[in-house]
Amino acid sequence: MNDNHDDTASRRHFLKCMAWAGAGTVWLMKGGVLQARPLGEADGADASFSFVQISDSHIGFHKEPNMDVAGTLRACLHQIRAQKQRPDFLLHTGDLTHLSRPDEFDTLAGLMQEGGVGKTFYVPGEHDVIGDDGAEFFRRFGERQQAGGWYSFDHRGVHFVGLINVLNLRAGGLGALGAEQLAWLKRDLASLSAETPLVVFAHMPLWSLYPSWGWGTDDAAEAVSYLKRFGSVSVLNGHIHQIQQKVEGTVTFYTARSTAYPQPAPGVGDGPGPMKNVPPGKLHDYLGVRDVRHVRGKGALAVTEEVLT
Amino acid sequence: MKRLLLVAALAAGALVSWMSVAAEKPHADKPAGATVAISQFAFSPKELTVPVGTRVVWTNRDEEPHVVTSAGNQFTSSQALDTDDSYAVTFTKPGIYAYYCSIHPHMVGTIVVH
Repeated sequence: MNDNHDDTASRRHFLKCMAWAGAGTVWLMKGGVLQARPLGEADGADASFSFVQISDSHIGFHKEPNMDVAGTLRACLHQIRAQKQRPDFLLHTGDLTHLSRPDEFDTLAGLMQEGGVGKTFYVPGEHDVIGDDGAEFFRRFGERQQAGGWYSFDHRGVHFVGLINVLNLRAGGLGALGAEQLAWLKRDLASLSAETPLVVFAHMPLWSLYPSWGWGTDDAAEAVSYLKRFGSVSVLNGHIHQIQQKVEGTVTFYTARSTAYPQPAPGVGDGPGPMKNVPPGKLHDYLGVRDVRHVRGKGALAVTEEVLT
Repeated sequence: MKRLLLVAALAAGALVSWMSVAAEKPHADKPAGATVAISQFAFSPKELTVPVGTRVVWTNRDEEPHVVTSAGNQFTSSQALDTDDSYAVTFTKPGIYAYYCSIHPHMVGTIVVH
């Protein structure tokens, strides 16, 4: 990150926060295979197109370690605006707000204009559906394809699917897709050839990342079973405020960082929630920025990573 | 009928004397209280046993919001509880009341009312 001699204290603090919180991920589609780059590092010269994923903005949160979550989201969006190659669209993988309040949705909607990207696709996080099962969220940000809120679209040869896994949750359970959504997903994918690159996104991880902290989706395995015949599948999630990844055959799962605050690594400390007292300068090294590329080989995906300092 | 009333009065007297052991300052118009802390994405105590008429107060000590939600709609669920927000339910009937956090459903608890 370049600090262009803007040496006000707040700006410095802000950039420190941005080192761990504010970034989005640029996804470059190259030959039907997704490659991830941190914002500002993307060389999209040989990509057919790109889009940016941001997540977990938590507008309304105002505690340590981030008293200005609107500011960090804004900075992220300004970074997107400064990209040489404009992304075709943005993907927000949920927890737009902290408490589903109308004023929080207002703030989020206003800020998103600053990315300079015409279209954003959203899926709700559990923080966006409090008290009304997501009625307000869907009214403002829904794609209105299916009554349950889930949807799909095709973009330049790639099939995108937005799933909802934060509603109708069962006591003692994790995220849930539900029978109706699973049946729809099966139908939605049925007519596609196995060569069609797939991008599936939802808020909670669609794999059992750390169930004892609620980081998973109870019936995700059924959904993933529908994806396995495809040669290139990328599953993009939020929720856990850090980058984690897993490869399962041709399906690669990724979770994104938050634009607001980090959460501890799975099992580190007593539970999930904001990491409050970690010096931002150290957080940069601790969380790092992971540059994930995946390349389709003969029936398997090779995944390489780079840690940026 | 007179005998019945007498029995009722005796029972009420027994209840009052029992309650004065259970709670320091029982008031006829104010139910006895019990508290559940919400901390580190867990309800504490996870299982709470209280007599009929107890007012149970949940207080969120986490930085994250939580929602106290009855499993099976046995009592009215809370709004989103931000940090230090509280929610209270007075349990007027014996039973086992399972509940969870609707946005973090792995968080579960039980109120046993006798």
